Amino acid sequence: MVSKLIRKVIQADTPFTRFLQGYFASRIATFGFALLLLILLAALFAPLVSPQNPYDLEHLNVMDSRLEPGKTAMESDLTYLLGTDDQGRDMLSAILYGLRISVMVGVTSTVIALAIGLSLGLLAGYAGGRIEALIMRVADIQLAFPPILVALILLALTGRGVDKIIIALVTVQWAYYARTTRSTALVERKKEYIEAARLLGLSPLRIMFRHLLPNCLPPLIVIAALQVASAISLEATLSFLGLGLPVTEPSLGLLISNGFQYLMSGKYWISFFPGVALLATVVAINLVADQLRDVLNPRLQGQ
Amino acid sequence: MTATLQVENLQTYFLSRGGIARAVDDVSFTVEPGEVMGLVGESGSGKSMTGYSIMGLIDEPGRVAGGRILFNGRDLRSLPAEDMRHIRGNRIAMIFQDPMMTLNPVLRIDTQMIEAVRAHQDVSKDTALAMARDALVRVGIAAPDERLNAYPHQFSGGMRQRVAIAIALLNKPDLIICDEPTTALDVTIQGQILFEMQKLCRESGTALIWITHDLSVVAGLADTVSVMYAGRIVESGDVARVLTHPRHPYTHGLIASAPSRNPRGQALRQIPGSTPSLLKLPSGCAFRDRCAHATVECEQTPETRIVDGRALRCFHPMADDFAGSAA
Amino acid sequence: MLVFIIRRCVQSLAVLLLMSLLVFASVYAIGNPIDILISADADQIERARVIAAFGLDQPLWVQYFYFIKNALAGDMGRSFVYATPALGLILERLPATLELAVAAILIAIVVGLPLGLWAGLRPRGFAGKTVMTVSIFGFSLPTFWVGLMLIMVFAVELGWLPTGGRGQTALLFGVPLGFLTWDGLRHLLLPALNLSLFNIALIIRLTRAGTQEALLQDYIKFARAKGLRNSRIIGVHVLKNILIPIVTVVALQFGSIIAFSIVTESIFAWPGVGKLLIDSIRVLDRPVIVAFLSLIVVIFILINLCVDLLYSLLDPRVRLSETSEAKG
Repeated sequence: MVSKLIRKVIQADTPFTRFLQGYFASRIATFGFALLLLILLAALFAPLVSPQNPYDLEHLNVMDSRLEPGKTAMESDLTYLLGTDDQGRDMLSAILYGLRISVMVGVTSTVIALAIGLSLGLLAGYAGGRIEALIMRVADIQLAFPPILVALILLALTGRGVDKIIIALVTVQWAYYARTTRSTALVERKKEYIEAARLLGLSPLRIMFRHLLPNCLPPLIVIAALQVASAISLEATLSFLGLGLPVTEPSLGLLISNGFQYLMSGKYWISFFPGVALLATVVAINLVADQLRDVLNPRLQGQ
Repeated sequence: MTATLQVENLQTYFLSRGGIARAVDDVSFTVEPGEVMGLVGESGSGKSMTGYSIMGLIDEPGRVAGGRILFNGRDLRSLPAEDMRHIRGNRIAMIFQDPMMTLNPVLRIDTQMIEAVRAHQDVSKDTALAMARDALVRVGIAAPDERLNAYPHQFSGGMRQRVAIAIALLNKPDLIICDEPTTALDVTIQGQILFEMQKLCRESGTALIWITHDLSVVAGLADTVSVMYAGRIVESGDVARVLTHPRHPYTHGLIASAPSRNPRGQALRQIPGSTPSLLKLPSGCAFRDRCAHATVECEQTPETRIVDGRALRCFHPMADDFAGSAA
Repeated sequence: MLVFIIRRCVQSLAVLLLMSLLVFASVYAIGNPIDILISADADQIERARVIAAFGLDQPLWVQYFYFIKNALAGDMGRSFVYATPALGLILERLPATLELAVAAILIAIVVGLPLGLWAGLRPRGFAGKTVMTVSIFGFSLPTFWVGLMLIMVFAVELGWLPTGGRGQTALLFGVPLGFLTWDGLRHLLLPALNLSLFNIALIIRLTRAGTQEALLQDYIKFARAKGLRNSRIIGVHVLKNILIPIVTVVALQFGSIIAFSIVTESIFAWPGVGKLLIDSIRVLDRPVIVAFLSLIVVIFILINLCVDLLYSLLDPRVRLSETSEAKG
């Protein structure tokens, strides 16, 4: 009975199933999705999956520091699959926890930036005139400067902290969403269904969010996906430079930075493995976003 | 005397997910030196594809699947790629429909003309430039040096097309294939260019294939005409004969529906139905769904026969004529 | 053409003024301006001098005026750490950063353009697909981590290249440049490579997309009908068309490269402006930070202006549409 239901769902020809078919047609994209799912689950369930809680000082043994991958602990039979850092932390656990923070910061900042940028973009696109000019001018100036520079200066002035880095990442991203939303809104604004809604006397807010928004979404989804990757990467870079996240909440960037000094003496694993984790995350997101873009765009034209 | 071009049973197919589209289906015709042949048909009839097939410019997912293309006796299909390249732009030239985009917008006119010469003749840049200048004068461009230094976007459509014609003439080809070169232009410019092409070809003995959907152009310009429908030539012969006494129902319909032929105040005569997609052709005669004279016999593909002094693919040739003016 | 240049210059000046206001305002908003210019342990005489020079006890707009006036004269305060003029410090280190940035862009073009062209000519082939997948890695690799790995592999393990620093420099027009010496080149290679990775991927993608689009155009078909050699069709007709958008993007990326050099310089101990900035941020050497910001704003505006000029130079349609009309 259940298998019959599933078969029925799979065979249904709705836009969503067509989208799924289109997406999973590419092997690379399927791999990317699987990898991403794995990473997200690992990040989400880090406390349950890690061999050790790397921030519980009671369990750390400084005698275990800087051990190579594969060695076992001195006082327990825990195998350090990826080695330990200078504090005796199990690298695998540290990476899982770090992944958690990195992903959380990346996703949160993207979602907030999306919300802000989208609203402002819709407003600019729909209202036109001075409001549009103002919003777009600010966005243009913002976009003229490289994100890393803007984030760097902001963090230099505001100091360290999770909230501060999220604010910095949001500041850096919103303009991109605003600009894209506005261009799409401009095109949609001229279409008849908007005119009809206006004639019906619907309030501007309602028109913007219930009617304009759904049609502006597809390109935004792709951009947002790419931006999450970019935000995670940027946060890692900032943490590496010693800005942004405090030492108490180490993201992958900080882990990598901790290992920098040990590179010269051949203790590569402290920087290497967190980097691989970071790379895998960003690649997975980029693979998924790439395929999303290919699948969503021709569809847009087809409709 | 060998014909300049002798096409025999040419087939060009396009493979798509919906099936095989026979863009050019068993097409045969001959063009003598100095002759002007009009190739007439609606969009999708295969006339442009015929031109591209001759030039060897058919790309994936299409390919020339069969037949022979004898140019001055040699089968172009059997030539290696490099030999074919030497014929293109040199012995056979082609002019395209949209003058806006056939010239590269970021290169100067003289660059684009000089390269056409130097690809086939071993001459210096200056010699090539002089040839280019002469060619521009021949197509009626008054201040050639100014034009040579300029970029395509600085010209009007008519001027650009003249440049394209000049380029086609540079290497003194034996055959020029013109793919609707005046469709995108004003009617007055169209007339000028037609006149000039005719003159140039008479002077140099160049054969011309003029691809168009406009019968009036063919009437004034061509010596022979071939009418194409759904990839096949349905009627072909001497232009006066075909246009005044068309025997194929399609040709008949085309001529009858010309606005100039229809008395004022009455509804325009039309061929009923619309051109079928190449992927969904009826079996046998492709025109039979729209033909008033179709019978069961038409479910077989009609072969080309000589009827009343012209080549015809039809089981039921028309009998009535268009006495009087041809267009 | 001249009108165009003048117009853009005026626009740039307006933006420059606006940005100076922003820099000044943000400096005010975040802290006491006195702290920006005077170190905490400066003595009374020093304080009095700075207050007088910058008019710090005057109303805001007067202060802004003095700030601009002094800035134009080159005085943007003295570094707390080095006790030398902040602007001078930055200008001293600028050639190193510029050298790195230019080297990175050159590598990106030399590697990315041919690969992208190749992928664009054979999109469905093995080459096309591999190049595209590799480009995703180019986008995804975190610059700083790659830098570490490069050092680890080439400097520590293999010992082929130095681990950091700039190496020997030679003077060119009074400016010390590293690439003029063999030792300098060896030091330049890894950081420039590191910095170029993202842009290699970017150029590959742009070139591939541009090539694919160009090949569909009628003028390519016409070029083939003229019987031109394939090498000429690709090397002249296709290339010139795709070069325009690529050059503009690359020029705009120049600013981003300068910004990212902050990371690369930290890792490779490259004595450029980026490293100076990071160090200054760590110790809160505010005059240097402000001087850096101002200089960056100027550089960016210059880059944008150059890009506009470059675009009009490369694309004859833009350049000539202002002077001539279509001749019939």
